[in-house]
Amino acid sequence: MAKKIALRSIQGNTAGYYLLMAVLGALIALGLGAAYYMEHNGHHVTGMTNQIVWGMPHVFAVFLIVAASGALNVASISSVFNKSLYKPLAPLSGLLAVALLVGGLTVLVLDLGRPDRLIVAMTYYNFKSIFAWNIFLYTGFLGIVAVYLWMMLEKRFNQHSSQVGFVAFVWRLILTTGTGSIFGFLVARQYYDAAIMAPLFILMSFAFGLAIFNIVLAVAFKGTQRPLGDVLVERLRKLLGIFVAAVLFFVAIFHLTNLYATEHHGVEHFILDGDNVYTGLFWVGFMLFGSIIPLVLCLTPSFSKSLGAVLTASVLVIAGGLSQMYIIIIGGQAYPLEIFPGKEVSSSFFDGVVNSYAPSFPEIALGVGGTAFALFIVAFAVKVLHFLPQSLANSEIDPHFSATEAEGENATNAASA
Amino acid sequence: MSDQTSKVNEYRRKFFGKAAATAAMVGIAPGVFLHTIARAKPADEAVSSEVRWGLLINANKCADGCNDCVSACNDENGLTGFGRPETDAQWIRKVTLKDKRTNHVTNLPLMCQHCAHPPCVDVCPTGASFKRADGIVLVDKHICIGCRYCMMACPYKARSFVHETLTDQVPDVPRGKGTVESCTLCVHRVDRGDTPACVEACNTAENGAMVFGNLNDPNSDISKRLASEASTEIRGDLGLDLGVRYQNI
Amino acid sequence: MSKSTNRQAVTRRSDAGKTKFWYRLAYLLIIIGVMSMTAYAAAPYPDVPKGKGDQCVEDTEFMRANHMELLLHQRDETMHRGIRTKKHSLKNCMECHVVTDESNRPVSAENPKHFCRVCHDYAAVSIDCFECHASKPRAKQSN
Repeated sequence: MAKKIALRSIQGNTAGYYLLMAVLGALIALGLGAAYYMEHNGHHVTGMTNQIVWGMPHVFAVFLIVAASGALNVASISSVFNKSLYKPLAPLSGLLAVALLVGGLTVLVLDLGRPDRLIVAMTYYNFKSIFAWNIFLYTGFLGIVAVYLWMMLEKRFNQHSSQVGFVAFVWRLILTTGTGSIFGFLVARQYYDAAIMAPLFILMSFAFGLAIFNIVLAVAFKGTQRPLGDVLVERLRKLLGIFVAAVLFFVAIFHLTNLYATEHHGVEHFILDGDNVYTGLFWVGFMLFGSIIPLVLCLTPSFSKSLGAVLTASVLVIAGGLSQMYIIIIGGQAYPLEIFPGKEVSSSFFDGVVNSYAPSFPEIALGVGGTAFALFIVAFAVKVLHFLPQSLANSEIDPHFSATEAEGENATNAASA
Repeated sequence: MSDQTSKVNEYRRKFFGKAAATAAMVGIAPGVFLHTIARAKPADEAVSSEVRWGLLINANKCADGCNDCVSACNDENGLTGFGRPETDAQWIRKVTLKDKRTNHVTNLPLMCQHCAHPPCVDVCPTGASFKRADGIVLVDKHICIGCRYCMMACPYKARSFVHETLTDQVPDVPRGKGTVESCTLCVHRVDRGDTPACVEACNTAENGAMVFGNLNDPNSDISKRLASEASTEIRGDLGLDLGVRYQNI
Repeated sequence: MSKSTNRQAVTRRSDAGKTKFWYRLAYLLIIIGVMSMTAYAAAPYPDVPKGKGDQCVEDTEFMRANHMELLLHQRDETMHRGIRTKKHSLKNCMECHVVTDESNRPVSAENPKHFCRVCHDYAAVSIDCFECHASKPRAKQSN
């Protein structure tokens, strides 16, 4: 066993920290302003219409909610699969999961037509609605992860953390299933209505969540000059690679299944080979930048132990993930609803035509604001509570680490102390 | 509290009296009401599942270029619009279909199909989307939070989201910013025994393409027509048991 | 033991503190009461426009206290069960309690003279009914 690694809050009194908080604070203020503007004027000031009813806020919100579930990966690996290497990172993983979920839900709620009726959403339930179930799944997730964090951070309860961790693990799989089913249960839309949406969303959550985790971890450690050994970096690199490959597999199955059925040729042609932004986003955004390049960075030996490669891959995975969300949410609505199969349809209500959508500034500002809110929570929490390991140097985490490889390692430790 | 209860009781007593009188009148002189398609229910009687309101639309009789049902709907429900077609509400619309192979053109009005198993009701998180006992699918705007999931779920694109602040609403048709709405089958007219505005307009224009009535009453005009003539549901493959049926599409 | 005497001292001190607290609270309440009474007296009672007919559907006092309960009850009855009795319907309220402007046209709730506004402004209670509901009868159509 590796020795117990101490968790310590960060000082948080550097200019860099304050600058980060100021920038995040400004983005949050901008997001709130955008929400007020949208609610005050009504949604006609956004790019959303009666045809594209869910827009940019939903792209961000669903991405953040999916990533929240995935951010818990590292904690799950440590508690459920008992990998001691990840143990010191579990609290940060749980914190990030909670923060991302809160950020995503904030965006979702502020985009509602009547956000003032949040209390209605909490008091009236239709249990046939997967949306209503998600309200329980989300609040339950927040509660369970909060207990999980408590078990991990309070020494007396450490022994229970693996049981609670297991509950959290199962819960978040159900949660992402629920999120994917929001689309999977839409019988009428050509691009949705597929059971594979649920497992696809679970795999996407693994990849997106880990990508965000990697970046937060690196920024926190570099920002506070804590040592981050390449043993861990290499593990995170390979893990990300595996997750990206798994997403790619499910996306391939999804499209191949659709391509087999003549009924879906229209929508597949639209997404994969259309003269529109979705085709570009799919091949360049999701496939090339979001999948292929990260796969090369994560799985080829030439980038072994390179933190730069992991971070580049993580940023690309996030960009690819947002592209994929845009394709699913906006692209799925842009393709005309098949009300009269086999007929050419026209009307005053945009029947039978590809619906156009131009994301507006307030929508993007709201989405970015929610993301900033999530990061603000993380940055604030690591200052006031002991979330971050003091050191993740190779000698700390790897039981087989030999002293000869430790050159320079001690020097770094001394510098950070 | 008890004061209010006694008031309510008193109020109920009065109404039972009136209801009895109405019932007696209907019983004594049924012939008087024969010309109305739907017998008006007493105002204090709840709607029941013994009635299922429905429409039969004959696309062959739907005249090319005629927009009377749409204007009647807009007028009846106060759908004024802001000159922004992408965000303005449309409860009923004229759709033109052209067969891809034969080039045969069909016109028809399309609105909420008042499904027996409405996907919008299934997905609504708060239960704001609901189906009344008599089959009319409505939005309770008091508890609609404006999430638009019903619009994602509707196979007919029947719903609109109110994208901006409204003024001068019609007293019978409350509607406001941030909630979702759709064809109510003119529920306020149906409850007082009238036909929906679109049907009335279609008859006034002497097209007679739309028939409104009680699908559960085998003697109603609409049930007799449906029993003797062929009709079809749009996206019948979804198995939603629609209240609106079409002919010649 | 010195420990126990200490504790007694603390208890005594806190007892004194409690009494003091209650006195202060009483003073505060009296002051607030007097101030609000004077404020109540000072603000002119609103001139509530009279509705049509002799008598409202319920006693005026009852309506003043309970109109929102009646409306809420009626709202669900009408929405979900199709019960359209006129007595407690908002539409009916708006027809009786119509207020007209100089040119004899009914005013909407945008106008502070509107029946509902007069009291709600006075009591500083916001109304959100009229975001969706019509606050005046519909102008007669040509047909």
